[in-house]
Amino acid sequence: MRDVSIIGIGQTKVDEHWDRSLRHLAGDAVLAALRDAGAETVDALYVGNMLSGLLTGQEHLGALIADFCGLRGIEAVKVEAACGSGAAALRQGYAAVAGGLHDLVVVCGVEKMTDTVNAETTTGLVMAADADYESIHGITFVGINALLMRRYMYEYGAKHADFANFAIVAHQNAVTNPNAIFSSPITADQFSKARMIADPINLLDSSGIADGAAAVVLCPSGIARDGGGRSVHIRASSVATDAVAVHDRRDPLWLSAVEVSANKAYQQAQVGPREIDLFELHDAFTIMSALSLEAAGFAERGKGVWLAEAGEIALAGKIPMATMGGLKARGHPVGATGVYQVVEVVQQLRGQAGPNQVPNARLGMAQNIGGSGATVITHILEASD
Amino acid sequence: MNIPRYWRLQNQRYAMVGEVCNKCGAKLFPPRDVCPECSKPAYEPYQFSGRGTIYSYSTLYQAPAGYEEFVPYTVALIRLEEGPLVTAQLADIDPTEVEIGMPVEMVTRKLREEGDDGLIVYGYKFRKKDA
Repeated sequence: MRDVSIIGIGQTKVDEHWDRSLRHLAGDAVLAALRDAGAETVDALYVGNMLSGLLTGQEHLGALIADFCGLRGIEAVKVEAACGSGAAALRQGYAAVAGGLHDLVVVCGVEKMTDTVNAETTTGLVMAADADYESIHGITFVGINALLMRRYMYEYGAKHADFANFAIVAHQNAVTNPNAIFSSPITADQFSKARMIADPINLLDSSGIADGAAAVVLCPSGIARDGGGRSVHIRASSVATDAVAVHDRRDPLWLSAVEVSANKAYQQAQVGPREIDLFELHDAFTIMSALSLEAAGFAERGKGVWLAEAGEIALAGKIPMATMGGLKARGHPVGATGVYQVVEVVQQLRGQAGPNQVPNARLGMAQNIGGSGATVITHILEASD
Repeated sequence: MNIPRYWRLQNQRYAMVGEVCNKCGAKLFPPRDVCPECSKPAYEPYQFSGRGTIYSYSTLYQAPAGYEEFVPYTVALIRLEEGPLVTAQLADIDPTEVEIGMPVEMVTRKLREEGDDGLIVYGYKFRKKDA
């Protein structure tokens, strides 16, 4: 297997892009990544997307986006793993380069979520769950996370206010990220008084639905020309799965696929959680942050929420997360999110994160989750010397 | 319009018929043909009692398409007395009365309507069971 590096990144602002279609958004990100890499063409394109069929009436994104970007003729395919689609596409790109099938690959995550009204988008998101045994009961994706949060609060004695820092830190970091959808900080008071969506989850526990696209260009590390620390080495790439339905899991409060995916990644990179300088985790809801920190080895069981409470997740803390705003405040264009996370880790490892820079960041981890924990994809990236 | 899709689940939706693993005895709902505990085939039907307790719950204020008429409604994870968890709505209860650990029993109710001319889908919900 060959070592793989990221040599180009591109992203659009996460926003309500009324004037840009799905293909335009994807094109913006892909072309920016190719420019950043100094590449004119690639061998293959892997597109991560969850909902284009339902929300845009458009499938077949591989060929569509390749053609739109002037790459007609190359291998191109869409990869779907619910909200984990972006990192799932990256995983395919990584495998193609590591395995020697291709030397130059572009991976694009894209989602267009604002062409439909709320109920339709809500219907789309719950497709990540079990249609016959969860969704038919009228549960929403927010509702599934609310079931986990209520039980977490019950078992560990946490209060809703204890989760506030996950949202406050994310919003604070988004203020200085020009690509984030939200540019205003929030207070603990605003957090506790936000509109209820699925009790106990309110609006400010939840990530923002929006449009967006992000892309990365991959090549073998051996042929990555290092333009002043710009290429970033993928030290690990791993995927693990769990039951799709929360009720089918052995222990709903333990994200076993997060644990397995993270441990596989630590093993491949030969590092442990203590050596990770920043962790872009899947903070779709505040409860997912707490559960992810625990299962990925950053906190003991039932203690994840206290890392936020103690400020350890801030840029200057022990384990900075959501450094560019996270899903919460950069925004969560679902199938694009996994690629945004990796683009942001690359910004950090290149030292290009501006006011959001984590000092001396060498190793960054990105973890993208499909559904409420059923598909978990972890990448560990390392700065080049 | 999706008649076969609902029809083939009638034993589960109306009667909570799951499966039991012949090898390790695990009771499975929903039925899944391969036992997740021991990975052996599990084809033996098993009738669940429909009794359990609330493991967690949430009252929803924003619904997916087709469920708007029920808002707000309460969805729960029920720990069935035979072991499995099941996701379902609660019926006939004020959301403020719901508590983790509360005993509940299955009832059959309307799950959704598919428009004025469409199907009405029935299935299990759970209501408070008097001790």
